[in-house]
Amino acid sequence: MKRLCIIAAAATLFAAPALAQDNNQGNNNADTITIGMTESQTGALNVDSVAQQRGAEMWRDEVNAAGGIKVSGKSYQVKFVTYDDQSVGGRVQQLYTRLIIQDKAQFLFSPYSSGLSAPAAVISEQYGKIMLVGGGAEGKPFELGNKYLFQVITSADHYLSGAVEALTAKNPHAKIAMVYSDDPFSKTVLAAAKAQAQKAGLEVVMDESYAPSTTDFGPIVNKIISSNADAFLGGGHYPDGATLARQMYDQKANLKWVSILVAPGDEKFGTLGPGALGITVPSQWEIQVSYKPQFGPTTAEFAKAFQAKYNALADYHSASGYSSGAILQHAIEQAGSIDPDQVAAALNAMDVTTFFGEVKFATDPAHHGLQIAHQMVLAQWQMTDGKLGRQVVWPTAAQSADLIYPIPPATH
Amino acid sequence: MLGIIASLIDGVLVGLVYGLAAMGLTLIWGVMDVINLTHGAMIVGGMFALYLLVSALGVPPYWCLPPVLIGGFLVGAALYWVAVHRMIGRPPLMSLLSTFAVNLVLIGIGTGVWGTALFNVAVSLPGVSIGRYTFPGAHILAAVLAAVIAAALYLFLHHTRLGKALRAVANNREAAELVGIPTTRLLAIAVGCGVSLAGVSGMLIGTLFPFTVLSGDGYQLKSFIVTVLGGFGNPVGALLGGVALGLLEGAVTPFVPVSWTLVIEFVLFVLVLIAFPGGIFASRRGAL
Repeated sequence: MKRLCIIAAAATLFAAPALAQDNNQGNNNADTITIGMTESQTGALNVDSVAQQRGAEMWRDEVNAAGGIKVSGKSYQVKFVTYDDQSVGGRVQQLYTRLIIQDKAQFLFSPYSSGLSAPAAVISEQYGKIMLVGGGAEGKPFELGNKYLFQVITSADHYLSGAVEALTAKNPHAKIAMVYSDDPFSKTVLAAAKAQAQKAGLEVVMDESYAPSTTDFGPIVNKIISSNADAFLGGGHYPDGATLARQMYDQKANLKWVSILVAPGDEKFGTLGPGALGITVPSQWEIQVSYKPQFGPTTAEFAKAFQAKYNALADYHSASGYSSGAILQHAIEQAGSIDPDQVAAALNAMDVTTFFGEVKFATDPAHHGLQIAHQMVLAQWQMTDGKLGRQVVWPTAAQSADLIYPIPPATH
Repeated sequence: MLGIIASLIDGVLVGLVYGLAAMGLTLIWGVMDVINLTHGAMIVGGMFALYLLVSALGVPPYWCLPPVLIGGFLVGAALYWVAVHRMIGRPPLMSLLSTFAVNLVLIGIGTGVWGTALFNVAVSLPGVSIGRYTFPGAHILAAVLAAVIAAALYLFLHHTRLGKALRAVANNREAAELVGIPTTRLLAIAVGCGVSLAGVSGMLIGTLFPFTVLSGDGYQLKSFIVTVLGGFGNPVGALLGGVALGLLEGAVTPFVPVSWTLVIEFVLFVLVLIAFPGGIFASRRGAL
């Protein structure tokens, strides 16, 4: 028995790398474009990262079904090589190096989140590979003189611009409590929002960050109540934002305005029930927006196909994942080449609209690759026909429902 | 001023639940010198048991307590045979590694099944308001239940034959065997009780906050702090340690930026380790 176990273990040891090689080895033939990326299949970023990846995979499958990417009369099938980064920054650099050297990825998509995209960008740039950033809003990597890094989504500096504008329109004397996760993305977003709020004449009565591992926000909510704030801007990523929302409701903080980052952008946020009602979330894209795409699907087509393929509602993470692919495809086709410098030149010249919105990259050396055209919307959890869901409430030109202000007080 | 008092009360309420979670960890350590690194996963197990019972079977949230208590015990007894039994008497690192491995397996299965998506169990209980500050009913009830379960554990350990036998095993396993106590069975019962407490505390936390498969890490860390504060191997001390931690969080937050709370917590943690290496409320080693 023992001998059998040893043989089985040895066989596994030898067989496993061979199988992995079969799956992942960059077997680039002339008619394939290999795109490398990591996905947080496990760890804290799993939900948003998987959504982003699904969007990208849907683009890949559609492109391949339509005959591939056409470059100067030749068609290239798209192949993905993906690894699990476990939501850990330390894994990203190893894996992107592997994607480039071992798997021979010709183009790269970023991991999800600012925290993981920044270390990946160091590697992509070092090897001169184009990387489209679909899930990292922080602007810092674009101030480092990178030439091959392109941001598909609105940068963190503008995340809460719409919320500040809408709040100012409703209450020019609002007193804001800002409480946010102590991570680069949230800090950048709230620092910019604070400057915008103060410029608009709003008063910031509380400005504090919390450790991402915080489990109980009870004392923090009491502090918000003590600050006499009537508006709240903050949050961070996923469980913390939802816990904050629930505890503000349970403890009857009765704020007239609550904007929370990221967490309310997920469908599961609706499970908070009345605690979700009235909460706004800055969103890169919502199912209700209706941009006129110059290429690729419309919002309705994308949302329907996504629902059919994954039996899940499309959100902005999946839309940004798809858009990264569509934009890269457009750039390659415009360049008529898969040479990184020629594709980068096409991306620099790009000024287009897709179902995801406008896309244009900064070309000045101080901000090269930063997204400068895409606009965010503000979504609010509202009750429509007895069902809780997100509605676009800002800007008014894109709104699908009127903004509810103030949020109805907790009635429990 | 009212805000500070509210934060302190809030701290005590949540602290009792932290204390209950830590009791599970410290009980296992007290009886067999094993640090159970599946503790966080078991807390999450309690949360998901609550979610599944409430959402799938429509069980009222607090009626989930008995099944979680019993289910936790059975899971704990199984854990003993899988990961602990063969490590008893070996260097502590062995049991640390084996329970850590089981923890990774459980978290991996959980992530595979549920992802790291958010789950919320809505509990609607009237709260108590003092001025503008409200103490949610679920927090009050969770604290009361935590205190009652802790008292029941104390009575069990000190006033039942089985409890006394457990303490005897903790005190001197060889002597306990000599007087005819089936120590192996009792060790399995101790792990069962420890995991059961972790599951129940997870269930109670699930009535307070939304959670994900990964939520256990934060509570496991808190359980370690509480255990050190309360004294390793001392369940009653763990409850007091939990209240102390909750009070500390409540007392610090109104005065300093919230990002400093964790720093202050860990500075105190280190100071306690220096001043009281066995914990503030440490009992005589092995006395439970």
